Amino acid sequence: MSKVAIEVKNVSKEYRLGVFGTGMLSTDIKRWWYRIRGKEDPFRLVTAENDRTTVSESEFVWALKDINFSVKQGEVLGIIGRNGAGKSTLLKVLSQVTPPSTGSIKARGRIASLLEVGTGMHPELTGRENIFLNGSILGMSKAEISSKLEEIVEFSGCAKYIDTPLKRYSSGMKVRLGFAVAAFLEPEILIVDEVLAVGDAEFQKKAIGKMKDVSKGEGRTVLFVSHNMGSIRALCDRGLVMEQGKLAFDGPVDEAVKAYLSQANAEEIDLNLREDRVGRGDFRFTSIRFVNAQGEACSEVLSGEAVTVQVQYQLKKNLDPKKLIFTVNICDVYEQMVLSFISDEMGFVADELIDGGMLELHIPALNLRGGSYSIRLFSAYGSTGADDLQDVVDQAAKMDVHPSDFWGSGKTTRPMYSALCAGQMQHKKP
Amino acid sequence: MSEKQQEHWDIVIEPSQSWRDNFNWKQIRKYRDLMWLLVKRDVVAVYKQTILGPVWFFIQPIFTMAVYILVFGLIADLGTDGVPMPLFYLSGVILWSYFSTMLTTTGSTFITNQALFSKVYFPRVIVPLSLLYSNGLKFLIQFVLFLAVYVYYLIDGQVSVGSHWYLLPLSVVLMALQGLAGGLIVSALATRYRDVNFLVKFGVDLLRYATPIVYPMSLLFSENSNETLRYIIMANPMTGVLDAFKIAAFEQSFVQPYFWETLLYSTLFTLILLVIGIASFHKVEKKFIDTV
Repeated sequence: MSKVAIEVKNVSKEYRLGVFGTGMLSTDIKRWWYRIRGKEDPFRLVTAENDRTTVSESEFVWALKDINFSVKQGEVLGIIGRNGAGKSTLLKVLSQVTPPSTGSIKARGRIASLLEVGTGMHPELTGRENIFLNGSILGMSKAEISSKLEEIVEFSGCAKYIDTPLKRYSSGMKVRLGFAVAAFLEPEILIVDEVLAVGDAEFQKKAIGKMKDVSKGEGRTVLFVSHNMGSIRALCDRGLVMEQGKLAFDGPVDEAVKAYLSQANAEEIDLNLREDRVGRGDFRFTSIRFVNAQGEACSEVLSGEAVTVQVQYQLKKNLDPKKLIFTVNICDVYEQMVLSFISDEMGFVADELIDGGMLELHIPALNLRGGSYSIRLFSAYGSTGADDLQDVVDQAAKMDVHPSDFWGSGKTTRPMYSALCAGQMQHKKP
Repeated sequence: MSEKQQEHWDIVIEPSQSWRDNFNWKQIRKYRDLMWLLVKRDVVAVYKQTILGPVWFFIQPIFTMAVYILVFGLIADLGTDGVPMPLFYLSGVILWSYFSTMLTTTGSTFITNQALFSKVYFPRVIVPLSLLYSNGLKFLIQFVLFLAVYVYYLIDGQVSVGSHWYLLPLSVVLMALQGLAGGLIVSALATRYRDVNFLVKFGVDLLRYATPIVYPMSLLFSENSNETLRYIIMANPMTGVLDAFKIAAFEQSFVQPYFWETLLYSTLFTLILLVIGIASFHKVEKKFIDTV
């Protein structure tokens, strides 16, 4: 059994909500007066759960609640969750930036945290001076930095500008320099927050490669937070899923990613509220939802996995199924259609149309590399001409596709190269 | 693996850490490279892309001295106890500038470094310590200026070294520590009440006139001086420090009847202030990030 590197026990973190800071002197004096008389603090209300969607009665909120886990030495732990689930707070507590309200964290070895790239760099100092400054802020000694200076400069690719003040650097160069310093940190425990999501594609590749070396090759304990399921799956062995300040799942990374994806707000989306539609409206879309391979409702899917789009409709008068054209378009963030599924092309005719019925599009292996997409629904009666439009809903639903192992090769799809993926490769002798 | 080894932890994070964890000299020593780099940053970065560069360290005291000579020396004619005017005013100006920059820069430690502190952990006290040295370096440069002027008058025979010359380093150290201690308290208060920073910024300018910088001590002990005023000025803990510097540097200085008592009072005050400063800094350094 390998040693435990970090042990987190009953950690909770409470935050105060709303505007505070003004008129504090009077409340502070009152608090103090109550305290010396041994009474309860009159300004302290019952604390509430971290649910951002409802307005809380209480002035306090638990950003973290009873977090328990431990990490073994050499383990790479991925922490995932939606925005506001408490990931960053957890990292801040682990990095000793802010103390927990209750509980304790114990660790073996040095902890270095990378919550930001290039922390504390000064624009007036040169690249070289900043390497030393940033490195020592992250906990390296001057001697350590000197011995690695050449490697750092080389990794950053800023050798030419190393004696130029940082303010003359492009923002990309600053990020590269910052990451290069961090890449050569040698702590026993490394805490990384989403920093890989910066820089151009080439640098990202380099950065992820370096992260892999650090975790797999050098046997260091790494805690890694990301929204990128692809890099989480590529780097981590184990995953934690956070939800509203609590630990929702702790287990193997693949299962954690699935748990995270299914935790998404998977309810069907009501389209009745959409006013911005085009067409006669005899046939109208009323709701849309996605169902994954396991038959569960979802809003995020993995590249290469099966997904079913279910669309409900209503009828104002009887329509001939043969004349109905029903289309599902998958559009990218620029509203360019990337994939289109058109019923007449696909040779699909519904056997009958019933008010309140449902149309289903089944995609056995989603051939999108990854990214944010939206669904556009389209229907027409007779022809696709402007006169025959029945109902068109732009951005009916959002669909996040996470990069994944599309070909079963062990490698994750890289969305920066193209939107789609398809095909097989083969070698033929002459 | 023995039971004991299993139980050994390098880092323990708990809601309220003990005193020892934060003022752990071993940890502070570990970050001494960072401290020196911060000193270097503060000294070097300020004068980058300026034409005069470090010459600014001299310009500021020389011009202040010139104005003092004009206003307090020539127009108001407050006197300097027979010390040449440039020396008299320069000594006050450089000491006071060390004290006041220490007080204001340390006082805004948490606010100016908020972005840094919210991302990385290191003993927060490193920042005030680095300020102590970077401002100290600035003082040293200005002290060289003072020394040059001093030597000129010494050769000219207009001044002679005081018989209590050994008080000179003490007065400088007291000045620095008082600025540091005051700054630590201000920094702790400023995380909750920003008002404190405004108060200190102009307060320190006013306090200058309750300290024997632009007037000699003998003025307070002359026959027609106001007694209440004398008490106010004597109650100022900076009075003893400035007085000591002048008595050490200039034989001509007037040794007021309660000089030693004033100096003792200043020393004790500084030590107590330092203890309060460290304690209050310690109290907020962990949690300030949630309230600042």
